[in-house]
Amino acid sequence: MTDQSHFVEIRHAQKSYGTLEVLKDISLNVERGQIVAIIGPSGSGKSTLLRAVNDLDSLTGGEVWLDGVQVNKDLPHRQYEKHINAMRQDIGMVFQHFNLFPHLTARENVVMAPKMLKGLSKEDANKLAEEQLEKVGMLDRIDYYPSRLSGGQKQRVAIARALAMKPKLMLFDEATSALDPELVDEVNMVMKKLAEEHMTMIIVTHEMDFAASVCDRVLFMDQGVVVEEGPPEIVFKNPTKDRTREFLRKHLAGAA
Amino acid sequence: MDFDLMLRVYPFFLDAAWVTIQLSVLTALLGLTCGTLGASARLSRFALLRFLGAAYVSVFRGTPALIQLFILYFGGPQIGIQLDAFEAGVIGLGINAGAYMTETIRGAIISIDKGQREAARTLGLSQWQATYNVILPQAARLMVRPLGVNLNMLIKATALVAAISVVELTYTAQRYIGSTYKPFEMFLLAGLLYMIIIYATGRAVTWLDRKVQIT
Repeated sequence: MTDQSHFVEIRHAQKSYGTLEVLKDISLNVERGQIVAIIGPSGSGKSTLLRAVNDLDSLTGGEVWLDGVQVNKDLPHRQYEKHINAMRQDIGMVFQHFNLFPHLTARENVVMAPKMLKGLSKEDANKLAEEQLEKVGMLDRIDYYPSRLSGGQKQRVAIARALAMKPKLMLFDEATSALDPELVDEVNMVMKKLAEEHMTMIIVTHEMDFAASVCDRVLFMDQGVVVEEGPPEIVFKNPTKDRTREFLRKHLAGAA
Repeated sequence: MDFDLMLRVYPFFLDAAWVTIQLSVLTALLGLTCGTLGASARLSRFALLRFLGAAYVSVFRGTPALIQLFILYFGGPQIGIQLDAFEAGVIGLGINAGAYMTETIRGAIISIDKGQREAARTLGLSQWQATYNVILPQAARLMVRPLGVNLNMLIKATALVAAISVVELTYTAQRYIGSTYKPFEMFLLAGLLYMIIIYATGRAVTWLDRKVQIT
């Protein structure tokens, strides 16, 4: 086994459903504190790649490493479950459709996992909920049920819920795609704040402006391969590949 | 219509209604137990359990409850199962109701968006922790009304055990017809008491359903 020298390392990721190959030998390194954006048309495999990082979608080939530990270890079922549950505590994830627990208040959403998995006392849990909800600007809605929150507010609570586990890495799977346009900014602001705190993040997004403004590196994926990769200045302003250019032209035209 | 007669036999019908209520409660409890086990089996990650769960449902929903009761009560002794009529009634109807409840419970569980489990697992919860803390509390709220329908059906199905001579409402009505020759009054009285029981449970289910909804 080679030395693991990057914070997040995806090695030769491969995934197929039957004969359909959705990820074709993808490798990606992310350093501590780095922010990587993955862009590309729908069906390009970008979400699948992101979901492979915490093994929500299992790879059929290749390895994922986080901070020196292999995430998708080959272990017997029981041992594997134990291992992956521990790994996932370090990997926060934010979904397109928020997936807040509707039967729990914002506070309860945030503290459920820390209470259960870290055995927090009631006071510590309350402090944690307040701290995390304050951070995303949702302290005034702490005892609201999700049904009484707007999409942007739900997503901010979902981010607080992920942060409450004090993850080493945050994954964002189209966190603003399901939001009304006027609600996108409030979520982007929270993500920017995380960026300023040097949270390591992998972001799958359709928002080119946002990606360009926060990330250190951009990956353009199409049909299961990384077509182009580099700093946002290059990928967005001077893409070298035709496919990137075409995608950006369509996408930026659509956004304008 | 002979109201006098109805008033005279009414106390005996009340006793019989009490037996019907006991039958219903015990059947519902056994049904819920079987339904929970059945749904767990149907949703198991083991293929054998899934098969057994599906077989349970198709056998007990695919044959008349009356035949099931007859097999248990009359056929049972032939294979060494000796039950009195009341026991056979509860066990037969309970297992039958469980098959319907299996589908109700399973339906509620699978209707919870898969993103809920994903979010829970992503936080580091185990499969069981996610099921218990995230899926079931939501599914339970969805189950109340359809389980209420199952309950309504099983209360009415208790009338079947008259055929294996359990002295409940229907059997009592038949018995009094034998001595009074007034089937209209006797069945009407029995029907009225069934209606009261079912109306009361219906109200209770509606109350519970409102109570568990998230504000």
